[in-house]
Amino acid sequence: MSRPTALIVRAPGTNRDGDAAFALDLVGAETKRVLISEVFADPKLLHEAQMLVIPGGFSFADALGAGRLFALELVTRLRDELTTFVEAGKPVIGICNGFQVLVRTGLLPGAGMTVALGENTNDSVPTGFVCDWVRLQPVSQKCIWTAPLVDDIECPIAHGEGRFICDPDTMATLVADDQIAFRYSTPNPNGSMADVAGICDASGLVLGLMPHPEDHVLPRQHPQYLRHHRGGLGRALFQAGVDHAKDV
Amino acid sequence: MVDVDAATGRRHRLTLRPHHGADAATTITIAGDLDQHDLDRLEAILVDPLLETGSWNAVVGAEQLDIGLIPGVTDTAAAQVVHAADLLGISVADASVGRIIDIAGAPDDAEIRRRWANAVIERWSVGTAVEPGFASGVATSVLTEHVELPNDDAALTAIGKERGLALDLAELHVIREHFAGVGRNPTDAELETLAQTWSEHCAHKSFRADIVLADGSLAEPLLARLRRSTTEIAAPFVVSAFDGNAGIVQFGPARTYALKCETHNHPSAIEPFGGANTGVGGVIRDIIGAHHRAIACTDILCFGPADTPDDQLPDGVLHPRRIIEGVVAGVADYGNKIGLPTVAGGVLYDPAYVSNPLVFAGCIGVAPADRPALTGPHPGDRVVVFGGRTGRDGIRGATFSSMEMDATTGDVAGASVQIGDPIVEKLVSDLLGDAWDLYTAITDCGAGGLSSAIGELADGIGADVEMAKVPLKYAGLAPWEIWLSEAQERMVVAVAPHQFDALAEMAAMHGVEISDLGVFTGDQRLVVRFEGEPIIELDTAFLHDGRPRRRLQATMPQPTRDATVPTVDDHEATLLALLAHPNIASKAGIIRRYDHEILGATVIRPLTGVRNDAPADGVVLVDPNDTDGIAIGIGVNPWYGVNDPEHMAWAVVDEAIRNVVVTGADPSAIALMDNFSWGNPTRATTFGDLVAAVEGCVAAAHAYGAPFVSGKDSLNNEYLTGDGTRRAIPPTLVITAVAPIHDVALAVTPDLKRPGNPLVLLGRTLAEFGGSHTMMLTGDHAASGPAAPSPDPDAPARYRALHAAMQRGLVDTAHDCSEGGLGVALAEMCIGGRIGAAIQLAGVHVDPTVALFAESAARIVCEVPAESLDEFTALFGSDAGAVTVIGHVADSPELCFDGVFALHVDALVNAFNGARR
Repeated sequence: MSRPTALIVRAPGTNRDGDAAFALDLVGAETKRVLISEVFADPKLLHEAQMLVIPGGFSFADALGAGRLFALELVTRLRDELTTFVEAGKPVIGICNGFQVLVRTGLLPGAGMTVALGENTNDSVPTGFVCDWVRLQPVSQKCIWTAPLVDDIECPIAHGEGRFICDPDTMATLVADDQIAFRYSTPNPNGSMADVAGICDASGLVLGLMPHPEDHVLPRQHPQYLRHHRGGLGRALFQAGVDHAKDV
Repeated sequence: MVDVDAATGRRHRLTLRPHHGADAATTITIAGDLDQHDLDRLEAILVDPLLETGSWNAVVGAEQLDIGLIPGVTDTAAAQVVHAADLLGISVADASVGRIIDIAGAPDDAEIRRRWANAVIERWSVGTAVEPGFASGVATSVLTEHVELPNDDAALTAIGKERGLALDLAELHVIREHFAGVGRNPTDAELETLAQTWSEHCAHKSFRADIVLADGSLAEPLLARLRRSTTEIAAPFVVSAFDGNAGIVQFGPARTYALKCETHNHPSAIEPFGGANTGVGGVIRDIIGAHHRAIACTDILCFGPADTPDDQLPDGVLHPRRIIEGVVAGVADYGNKIGLPTVAGGVLYDPAYVSNPLVFAGCIGVAPADRPALTGPHPGDRVVVFGGRTGRDGIRGATFSSMEMDATTGDVAGASVQIGDPIVEKLVSDLLGDAWDLYTAITDCGAGGLSSAIGELADGIGADVEMAKVPLKYAGLAPWEIWLSEAQERMVVAVAPHQFDALAEMAAMHGVEISDLGVFTGDQRLVVRFEGEPIIELDTAFLHDGRPRRRLQATMPQPTRDATVPTVDDHEATLLALLAHPNIASKAGIIRRYDHEILGATVIRPLTGVRNDAPADGVVLVDPNDTDGIAIGIGVNPWYGVNDPEHMAWAVVDEAIRNVVVTGADPSAIALMDNFSWGNPTRATTFGDLVAAVEGCVAAAHAYGAPFVSGKDSLNNEYLTGDGTRRAIPPTLVITAVAPIHDVALAVTPDLKRPGNPLVLLGRTLAEFGGSHTMMLTGDHAASGPAAPSPDPDAPARYRALHAAMQRGLVDTAHDCSEGGLGVALAEMCIGGRIGAAIQLAGVHVDPTVALFAESAARIVCEVPAESLDEFTALFGSDAGAVTVIGHVADSPELCFDGVFALHVDALVNAFNGARR
C-alpha cells in the first residue's frame, strides 16, 4: 500500500513540525515539511498531498494573538486551494497553534460559526502558559480522526491560549452535529467551555485540537514509562488520519 | 479624534481590552493615511469579539497609565501589525505597541517604576496618550571622532570612566603607548572595540590573571588551572574543551554534543524579561555557533525572597517579585517560542540576591559525529552576517556586565539591554541546519556584537569590512554603534566566494536577511570602514594579545570545619518546615511555564512520580529515533561556600554528578561545565574564595575523572547602595554535568515504586551542617563555623558500583540527598510514589538530627528489590561499609522514622506543594 503524503506547513515560529512528522512517519505517512512561502510559490505542493498538517508553535510569535497572522496569510493567498482540498475529501489537522490558525481561517468549525481560543484561565483569572499532561476523551463519531479511537489519549499540553469559547447556540450546534472531537477527561487545564479540547468541521475531515498527541507516540514518552505505564498513545489518532488519507 | 503629525502622517490608535482581567489593555498605534474602510479591515484582524473589545482613538482616562516602548527597543508585535496591514494591501508607515493600566489615584513616578513600568525600555504618561515609540523617533549619533589620550593618569582615567570603558590604568597605558607608536590618536570605534574585547566579560581577565598569594608567591591562573586538569584527565570523549563557543564531547559512535552555560546577571537585574530572554537566546546561539543543533535549555535562577519588604530594597533595585516574574517569563518566552524544551534547572532564594539576581542559561546541542570540522576562515572568504537587523540595542553590554551596579545603572545602561526575537533565531537555526556545508567558519554575535564576532574570526588572519552594508533597524546609528551593537539573533560566517550565492538563496527561502560585509584578508589587520573610510585599523595581534596580564592578590579562606549540630527540638516540624522552604518546596509554578515536552525526547522530566509533582534529580533526554541519550544534572549551593568555598565546589560538582548518576547515566563519561558568579575580584578575600573554589573543582574533576569542557565566569556581582553600603552575592558556583544514558529502558526515577522493597542509603553521614538548610531554619549559628559537606574519596567507586547495579536492573529507584538531608530526600521519594516508608535511623547516625538533616555529600537513597539486595551489595566491594539498609517501602501512606516521628504522605505533599513555587 502506498504511503499517503502528509504536507506539514510551517510559518516562521512553527516549532512542533518535527514532532508531527515523527508521529506521521511512524504510522505510514510520507511527510513533507515545507514553509508557507514554498506553498504560496508552488500550490501544487498542496494539490499533490493527501493530508494537510498545521503543527504547533508560535507562528509569527503570535504577536497579534495566537495564529492570527498565519491564518491571514492562508486566507489571503490560499483560500480557494484550501476549500478544494477539503472538498476532495482530504483530511486536515491543526494542532495547538495549528488549531488556533484553523479557527481564525474559518475552516473550524465552519458554516459561518465562530469560536475562539482565548488566554488560559482558572475561574476567569488568567493563568498563562502551562505545560502539563492531560487525558483526552475522543467524542465525535463523525470526525474521521476520532471515530476509530477506542481508548483515551494521554499527551502533553503546552499553550497559553487554549480556552475554547463560543456562544451557547454555537455550542449547542457543535454538540448536536457531533463536532466535539475531544474533551479533557482530566481536570480542565485552561478554562475551556464544556471541557472542549478539540473540534472538527461539519465534514469531519478537519480536526483542530490544543493538546499534543504527536508527543506521545512511543511508550517511553509517557511520564510514567519508568513505572511501566503503557497505553494512551496518540499514534492511533494519526493512524486514523493516515488510513483515511490512503483512500483519498 | 485623529491627530496629524508632520513626520509620520496620520496616526490611528486601537485599544484592545480583553473581556476578562480588564484592568489592562493593549494599544496599537499606526502611522499611515488610512480611511475608515482600512481601519475596519484591520480591526477585523486585530480584534476577536469573543475575546476582547477594540476601540479606535479612545481617550486616555485620568486614572489610566499609558505605557509605550522607547524608540529603538525591539517591538515584535509592531512589526507584525505592519506585516498584517501589508497582507491586506493597506500601506502603513510605522507601528508601535503599548499598554494601558487602570490605576487608582495619582501615583508618582517612583511608584509607577516600582509597580508597573520599566524606564530602561519604556516611557509613560498618566491621563494622556504616550508618544508612540516609532523607529523614526530614534536619535541620530555623531560620526567617528578621534580621541586624544592624555599623558596625565588622572585625565586618562577620567576618559575611561566617562566613556564607560571599564579598563584599568595599566590597560589604558598600553593603549596610549600603542597609538603613540602608530603615530595617531585612536578613533572612538577603536577605543570601544578594545574596551569590549578586553572586558572582563569577553577576556575573563581575572580568570587569566597571575595569582599573587599572601606570601608573595605566584599561582597558576585559574583558567589555565581548569584547562590543565582537563588535559590531565585526558578523557577520550572530549572533542574540544574551553575553545570556541561551546565544549564538545562525543558519546557513542554517532553523535557529538555541544555544551554551554552562560550568565546574564546584570541585564536581568535592570530589565528582567529582556535580560533573561536574551540570555537564553545568546546561549542557544553559542550552540548554533559551535556547529550543533540545539536540543534543550537549562536555567538556574537566584532571586531575593519574594516576600522582601519594600522598605528593604536599595534605591534603583526592582522588587524580587517583579524580577522573578520577568525572568521566568523571559526564559519561558524564548525557549517556548524557539521550540526547545527547558528541562534542567534550579531556583534559589536568598536575601543576598535582592540587588544582584543571577540568571544562568544553558543549552545543549547535537551533531552527527562524522560531520567534517570547519577549517576556515581562509583568506579570500567573505565576511557574511545574517539574522536580525542591527539597532542601537545592547551597546556596550560587555563593559556594562563587567562593572559593579548602583542606583544609576538602570538609567545609564538602558542601551545595554535588548529584547529577544526567538522567531528570527529559529529561522536562523533552521537555515544553518540546512546550510551547514556552505560556510567555513561561524560564530555568533554576542557581547561586543560584530566587533567581537568578526574580531574573533579575524584573529590571526585579518578582515576588511564595510559597516554601511549592515542591515539596520532604523537610521541614525554612528559607525561605531553598528560595529558594537549587541542586537540579537545575528550570526557571522566565513563563506568561500563560490558558495555565497547558494547560501544567499537558501537564506532567502528561509526568510533570513543576509549581507556580505567584506573579506577575510590574510594580512592580520582588522580594517572596519564606513562608506569606504576606515574607522578602525588595528593589528589583530594587538587586539587579541596586547592586553597586559593582570595580577590579582588572593587571600585564601581559612574555613573552620566543626562538627556542630544544630538544636532541633521537633524533628517532625523541622522536616515539614524544610519541605516548605522556598529553596526546597515545589518549583512547579515555574517549571510548568516552560515547555519541557517539545521534541518528544524528554524521558525523565523535572517533575516526576505518579502525580508528576515530585522533584527529579537529573533529566534524561533520548531522541525518539534513538534508544540512547543523555542525562543532565545541576549542582549549586552558595550557602556551603560562604565559609568554605573549596568544599562547596567539591560538593556541588559531586551533586551535579550524582544527579546524573542516579538517573542511570554512565559515571565513566561525565562532562562538566562551570559557572562562577562572584563578587569583585580585586578584593583579595573575594578572589581568594574564587581560587579556593577552583581548587575544589579541579580536585573533584580529578577524583571523578570528569573533565570540565566549558565554563563562564561573571564577576563584579556587587551593588553599591546610596549610603555606600556594598552588597555582594554569596559565592555562587553552578556545575552542570552531562553524561550518556546507554539504554533508555534502564533509566531510573526517584519516586518509590513497590511496598516491601528494601531502602538502602549509600554513603556516610557526618555532622556536617555548614550552610545547611536546617541551620538556616534554626538560626543556630555557632561561634565557629560548622563544617560544610566534605569530599568523600570513596564516592567515585561508589557511583561506578551503583551504575553497574543499574545496568543489571537491580535498582528500582534512586534519589540523591542534598538540601535538607536524608529526611527531605525520603519525603520527596514518598511524594513521588504517593506511598510511605518505614525507616530506622540508628544505622545512619546515633544522633537523629544528624541522621535526618545533615547534608553530607555523595549520598544516594536506593530502592532495591529484596531478591536483588545481596547482588546489589556485593557490587560495592570494599565500600560496602557505606551501604546501609535503612528500611523499606511501606504498604501504608506513612513516612515513619522508627522511634522519632511519623507523617502521612498527604502532610508531606501539602508542605512541599503548598507554596507552589
